[in-house]
Amino acid sequence: MFSRAYRAAITVPPLIWVAAFLLVPYLLMFCYSFWSVSESGIIIHTWSLNNYHELLTKPVYWQTLLRSMWIAARVTFFSMLLGYPLAYFLSLHAGSRKDLYYQLVIIPLWVSYLVRAYAWKTILGTDGVMNTLLQYVHLTSHPLDFLLYSPFAVVLTLTHIYTPFTFLPIYASLEHIPRNLVEASHDLGATPQQTFWRVIFPLSIPGVLAGATFAFVLSLGDFLAPLLLGGPSGIMISNIVVSLFGAAYNWPLGAAISLCMLVLVLALIFFSERLEKKWSFS
Amino acid sequence: MSTSSSSSSIKTSRWLAFHALLVFAFLYLPIAILILYSFNGQGVGGFPPRNLTLSWYRILFSDAPIWDSVLNSLLVAAAAMLIALLFGIPAALAVDRANFPGKALFRRLVLLPLILPGIITGLSLLMLFRVAEVKLSLLTIILGHGTALISVATTKVFAGLQKLNRAQEEASLDLGATYWQTFWRITVPNLKLSIIGAALLIFTLSMDEIAVSFFLIGRDNTLPLEIWGRLRRGITPEINAISTIIFMFSLLTIVVWYRLRTRAEVTPEIGAELVETAGRS
Amino acid sequence: MATTTEAGFTDKSKPDSTSLLSIRSVAKHFGKNIVLRDISLEIAEGEFLTILGESGSGKTTLLRILAGFEQPTSGEVWMQGERLDTQPPYRRRVNTVFQHYALFPHMTVEQNVGYGLQVAKRPAEEIKSRVAEALAKVKMSTFAKSKPSKISGGQQQRIALARALVNRPRLLLLDEPLSALDANLRREMQVELKALQREVGITFIFVTHDQEEAMVMSDRIALLRSGELEQVASPREIYHRPATSYTAQFIGHTNLLYADVRQGTAMCDRLVWPTSLPDGSALFSLRPECIRLARIAPPAIGSANPLSNIRFRATLRDQAFHGATDLLHVESDGGLILTIRIASHDLPNSKAPLEFEFSAADAIPVRDSDNKNEERR
Repeated sequence: MFSRAYRAAITVPPLIWVAAFLLVPYLLMFCYSFWSVSESGIIIHTWSLNNYHELLTKPVYWQTLLRSMWIAARVTFFSMLLGYPLAYFLSLHAGSRKDLYYQLVIIPLWVSYLVRAYAWKTILGTDGVMNTLLQYVHLTSHPLDFLLYSPFAVVLTLTHIYTPFTFLPIYASLEHIPRNLVEASHDLGATPQQTFWRVIFPLSIPGVLAGATFAFVLSLGDFLAPLLLGGPSGIMISNIVVSLFGAAYNWPLGAAISLCMLVLVLALIFFSERLEKKWSFS
Repeated sequence: MSTSSSSSSIKTSRWLAFHALLVFAFLYLPIAILILYSFNGQGVGGFPPRNLTLSWYRILFSDAPIWDSVLNSLLVAAAAMLIALLFGIPAALAVDRANFPGKALFRRLVLLPLILPGIITGLSLLMLFRVAEVKLSLLTIILGHGTALISVATTKVFAGLQKLNRAQEEASLDLGATYWQTFWRITVPNLKLSIIGAALLIFTLSMDEIAVSFFLIGRDNTLPLEIWGRLRRGITPEINAISTIIFMFSLLTIVVWYRLRTRAEVTPEIGAELVETAGRS
Repeated sequence: MATTTEAGFTDKSKPDSTSLLSIRSVAKHFGKNIVLRDISLEIAEGEFLTILGESGSGKTTLLRILAGFEQPTSGEVWMQGERLDTQPPYRRRVNTVFQHYALFPHMTVEQNVGYGLQVAKRPAEEIKSRVAEALAKVKMSTFAKSKPSKISGGQQQRIALARALVNRPRLLLLDEPLSALDANLRREMQVELKALQREVGITFIFVTHDQEEAMVMSDRIALLRSGELEQVASPREIYHRPATSYTAQFIGHTNLLYADVRQGTAMCDRLVWPTSLPDGSALFSLRPECIRLARIAPPAIGSANPLSNIRFRATLRDQAFHGATDLLHVESDGGLILTIRIASHDLPNSKAPLEFEFSAADAIPVRDSDNKNEERR
């Protein structure tokens, strides 16, 4: 029903923008990752695999990558642990208060990410709220110093930030389950537990996958929470990239790491999508 | 048997409610602390808070760099919103109703910044501006935010288009309206809510954005970058004060948005369809 | 292609007056899927033509081609000497009543009806009076300020009609406009719509899958089957002289008799009747109401009598009450199952065979639709 001119008018402008500001930059990142930088800080446009070789041979890079993935995995796990039962409670047990509770989950998303990370810093610090509180009630006499500048602080903060993000798709998938399926399951003699594991959970898997992908990918690429709360032991892969693009001034190596991250992330999204399709029946 | 199962389900329900309470406490604890300590005379941290005061707000109001950065952020957010809508709405229409080679790739590329860590979007654009010899400034941040947030506009408007009955547009053409007239008289009014929702969301996300801005910043700071700079220098409740004010503004935006929506008698879930679509991108 | 030539209806199916719309060899493919193949049809000024077909027959696609929402893959559409299919929908003097009405939810009834005039930039005064006139015509004046969501389905239907007619189109397309209404309202609207069409004198092309609706309303019916025209004729003609077995079955009930023709006599099991068809196998359609209970004892059972009144004996298998009529399923002595419609009537409740009869003239020779390819060769 749409004329050629109409279709051209809606297609060409976004196509040009996307090509210029998304496709070309990604391709540039790809190119950069094969270039190198001279002593005097000039980018040398000769093609080699040196950057990738360095990534594989220097343990600091892949160890940090592994640590980042481990942190991201923990964040994903804890977000799920908090987000799934919450979504389940809201969707199936909250009754008429559902909408109110839903808004309550959303509102923290409107507080700046940076500000929330900062708030955790004020809570966890040596002179922070937590330590002074513990001393005030005489639970400890010395401040606990593992609270801040540790992977613990990073995982805690990122879990705080990504729990609503995992909640949303899970809640949406639970809401899409027709309620008569639950009734049918009970009618056929299944207990609530059986109904959950055999009917509700399988049908919510697409939401779980979407939420998990979100939490994992976004926390994997985070560099602000580690800078703010991580300390030396909480450094993540993006922090290395940041320093390579900043003080260390090795853009090509930074680009190579970014590209590896990009590929990893795209692969994750791809597999999660595959699984989601397999588990969606509508 | 039925009584035992129903009593166990009540038990489950209680546990779930308790768990929900804990999660809400976890989600709101930092926000509560943040607001509380914006009134704390003794600085950030220290329990219990003492010497409650408004002096941090007073200091804040006479802090010129902060307000400059707020103005910058407002400018960036408004411009990014314009770009994102200007390209995001056609992008959604294109995905919905045009076929062209590379459509699948296009669709993925548009939505990618939604799920990618900001660092990748930021760095790739940094390289682009470096190669194109564009000086970093607020303009580069605007371009960065605009590009990243097209995904939000596209997602929201596309969700709106799915609900729009195409027969309405056909009816308009049938009644003699041109494509242009149909777009303004039928398509846009039907998408009004999606577009307003997208605009508000883009504006807020841009106001908060830091990962992309971090790499594209020139001489002028946006508010999150100004805060970031100060955090590195040592922290004062002034940051709590400005965060509290922004939080209140965000809350106001939400209330306005829900008012609009209730008046229109529709109940899409803000953010949810966004995250859903992102998950499926 | 199933033209009507062989059955000899061609001349009658062509409109007498000069045609308004001319569909010439239109075909539509969606990828490999052929939705319409080689449709040719002339539609006269002021005619009420129904395109009748099952879902998937291509009737909606044909309508959308006329409205301009689809481009034909090949073929042309002309309206009074002007090429229509190359024009965008908004340049065609063709308006549509959509299946679910497609009223604009953000506009009032009045704004909906005035939309076409407004985008055509007519003066405000004219818009006002024409909208009022159109609303009066469909008896909806009191609802002018309502939003479409606040009025009933039947009322929405009237508004959709007014919105289309107010533009004074040359041709009005109606895409199953009554399908969303309940049975009673539907029957009412059928009569009203037909009366309105006579009053305004605009050509209507009406798409439906409901054969009764088609019979009640149309001047002519174009029966579409799998993207091809099966038959185009007036309702009476299409009912009484179906060209193919598909037509005979789709429009009303029928009994299909597979017969052997030899020297002017058709034979099907033990039934024998005279025919003018050449020798060979042939298919006949015999409507259930054309078979009667025989009153007088026959001279000889199962033989063709000179008056072309064919009698046979059959056992009652099943009787269904339909109000004014009863539908009987009987098995003839030769094992043939036949459906018979008779005036509602209590039959002797016995297993004894009953006598039935029909006239040879009511056994209509039809082409076998399931065997099309064979016939084309």
